[in-house]
Amino acid sequence: MGRYVIRRLLQMIPVFIGTTFLIFFMVYALGDPVTAMFGDRAPDPATAAQIRRDLNLDKPLWQQYVLYMGNIFTGDFGQAFNGQPVLDLMRSAWPITVRLALLAVLFEMIIGVTLGVISGLRRGRAVDTGVLFATLVVISIPTFVTGYVLQYLLGVKWGWVTPAVSSGAPWDELILPAVVLALVSLAYTTRLTRTSVAENARADYVRTAVAKGLPRRRITVRHLLRNSLIPVVTFLGIDIGNLMGGAIVTERIFNIQGVGYQLWQGVLRQNAPTVVGFVTVLVIVYLLANLVVDVLYAVLDPRIRYA
Amino acid sequence: MTALLDVRDLQVEFRTREGVAKAVNGVSYSVAAGETLAVLGESGSGKSVTAQAVMGILDSPPGFVTGGEVVFQGEDLLKLGREARRKVRGERMAMIFQDALSSLNPVLTVGFQLGEMFRVHRGASRAEARARSIELMERVRIPAARERVNDYPHQFSGGMRQRIMIAMALALGPELIIADEPTTALDVTVQAQVMDLLAELREETGMGLILITHDLGVVADVADKIAVMYAGRIMETAPVHDLYKAPAHPYTRGLLDSIPRLDQKGQELSAIRGTPPSLLAIPPGCPFNPRCPRAQDVCRTDRPPLYEVTDDAGRPLPGRGSACHFWKDQLHDRP
Repeated sequence: MGRYVIRRLLQMIPVFIGTTFLIFFMVYALGDPVTAMFGDRAPDPATAAQIRRDLNLDKPLWQQYVLYMGNIFTGDFGQAFNGQPVLDLMRSAWPITVRLALLAVLFEMIIGVTLGVISGLRRGRAVDTGVLFATLVVISIPTFVTGYVLQYLLGVKWGWVTPAVSSGAPWDELILPAVVLALVSLAYTTRLTRTSVAENARADYVRTAVAKGLPRRRITVRHLLRNSLIPVVTFLGIDIGNLMGGAIVTERIFNIQGVGYQLWQGVLRQNAPTVVGFVTVLVIVYLLANLVVDVLYAVLDPRIRYA
Repeated sequence: MTALLDVRDLQVEFRTREGVAKAVNGVSYSVAAGETLAVLGESGSGKSVTAQAVMGILDSPPGFVTGGEVVFQGEDLLKLGREARRKVRGERMAMIFQDALSSLNPVLTVGFQLGEMFRVHRGASRAEARARSIELMERVRIPAARERVNDYPHQFSGGMRQRIMIAMALALGPELIIADEPTTALDVTVQAQVMDLLAELREETGMGLILITHDLGVVADVADKIAVMYAGRIMETAPVHDLYKAPAHPYTRGLLDSIPRLDQKGQELSAIRGTPPSLLAIPPGCPFNPRCPRAQDVCRTDRPPLYEVTDDAGRPLPGRGSACHFWKDQLHDRP
């Protein structure tokens, strides 16, 4: 297992270089950051040249990339064009997004898995049909619609929650955004759990457990669930990565100043260092989440062994 | 011998979207302590469904027991409540399944799955359950049981896995074991070992054994008596050697003839023509009539009961019965 993990970590290096270079290329090659800095005004040529020199923008792209990556690994993500260090932005943004994503995964785990198990065990009955219909509806509605609707109803009309999250983003204010963020994945989790439970409920080993005279509860918890939840756990693992990167819409709606918000701001203002910095960290998060999931898979299913 | 298990006129049907499949239609058989009954039949003959109904593990829905009795040690199991029925399973009757790989839980150690019997039924401690599991594994002759108790099912060979299934069935010393095609998934050499082990354990414990199989070769050495099933009915019952010597039902004859034999090498293998009927539409009269070489008009209209088979002097042959209008002709192999 140890060797497997090391090999996987090594494999990440080319993936990391490939993805980050692509992002770097797109952000820097497709727009002129110096012009963007000055907005509508035309910059003074001498000043512009000076800025270009300071930011290494006069060098070839590959050289810029190497210099940038070198800085990153010494913890220097550069400065946003307004002079704020990108690292400062990250320090404030990441904890908020991590909190939001954790809450969202928690909802998926508790509500999604519970609903999935119930409907999987009662396949074809009214509960099952209801859950299937509800999840289909949820999957069909885009996040920005559910987000704005729930914000309006719960936040504005009925006043149960604050419609916009304050700058510190405390846990309780993140509950509604987390629900909105989780909703689509929650529906997928429910469906995945349902299918897995329903499939395993017909498995031979469940019949054996019944023939052993075990109580129904034990059969469900120890035999059926243990097997059914393997694909669900791996789905949730991957989803943590997705939720962190995919919170852009939700963070916009609720004015949460997390990763998605900063990324969006960065794109909007062509603030290249911010965009590249945040995306680079996101790439690392994705890669690590995938590795953790693969390792977790082997832990949960003894039939899978990595060498 | 008083019967340990007495199945009387059992009826099972499956209510499916396509209609009602009558899987078991009035099956009766009995097993005494220390006796082995082989239930023989093709796939879909209802042999496994009968066993599942006896064990109380029928998938319900769609399967329903619609009639009959399952009398086990003087008590009709079908009249028991769910909880009482559960306590019979594992404790007093146990079942061995065909494919041990899929029948054992892939993510739990064999020690856990064996020990579970003691923990759930006897309230044993973890350490005690482990000790008993090792004992059981040694009893079914799994080498290095102590080291292997924490292994997972996929780490064992097919034969060893089936031994674990047997150990699990044996755990609480049941009076009856139902083995549903216990050797079908195994290599021929391993088959013999597993069958020997089963026979030996039956001898040792004095339990009753129901052996469900479609393989006539497996049956001969181990079984005391045979019940041949077809389309959810018993076609013939007989002590094992009588049945091989002189079957009293054309279906049994057909089965025996379809065994390849060395002394007939080069000759065409005789197979029973046609296929078993759909359980959704079992033909009227004798269910075997469309495939039967002896079929007459009466076979297409009148359902033969299980006739008592007698010798020439009219004395009943013990344990023999045949659901064929022409059992006498078949018994003497007359056209």
